[in-house]
Amino acid sequence: MARAIIRMPAQAKRGEIIEIRTLASHPMETGFRRTERGATIPRDIITHFVCTYNGTEIFSAELYPAIAANPFITFPTVATESGTIEFRWSGDNGYAVTESLKITVV
Amino acid sequence: MQDAIGKVVGGAVINKGKVTLELPQLVENGNTVSMTVKVDSPMTQDSYVKAIHVFTEKNPQPNVVSFHLGPRSGRATVATRIRLADSQTVTAIAQMSDGTFWSQNVDVVVTLAACLEVI
Repeated sequence: MARAIIRMPAQAKRGEIIEIRTLASHPMETGFRRTERGATIPRDIITHFVCTYNGTEIFSAELYPAIAANPFITFPTVATESGTIEFRWSGDNGYAVTESLKITVV
Repeated sequence: MQDAIGKVVGGAVINKGKVTLELPQLVENGNTVSMTVKVDSPMTQDSYVKAIHVFTEKNPQPNVVSFHLGPRSGRATVATRIRLADSQTVTAIAQMSDGTFWSQNVDVVVTLAACLEVI
């Protein structure tokens, strides 16, 4: 179930601002919903997202239950050097997903 | 909402402006609402947006999301999808590197609210 989709250019010019779009597959159960019998459905959300570029943190986010299911986050970054961009999601019930993509800067 | 904002800004003054919060005025389905926040900032080493916080007035929990940016972001534009439980005011607050806070409020009308369905 733990899957994520990332869209970003594989190649960029040095200094260019690139846009990274990320989508994690997760129900983001709020903890406010109830079943027909009135029992609360426990919270199960992604709470943190971190993006690192060759080991340096360039973007992070704290998520709350008000983020829609399958959290979609778009953010920019400056293409500084070739290397690896790593994405890490973590959340309730030990949820942890890491993805990484290579970028070539010319 | 005021308590949650107070925790983020402390006692600092929140100025109006610099922040553009893009949300549809009429939301058909509160379960997924596209939201874009743009902040007017040069995004250089000396002057950049440190964080963008989004709050709602009537959701069960006021916090929506906090984004942390830096000079390497290049541009202060972030987008995500949020849930809205009712017609209400949504507030985006930007925390700048010089310690100032800037905000914008947007009123949205929600026809189908999130969080209410029974499963």
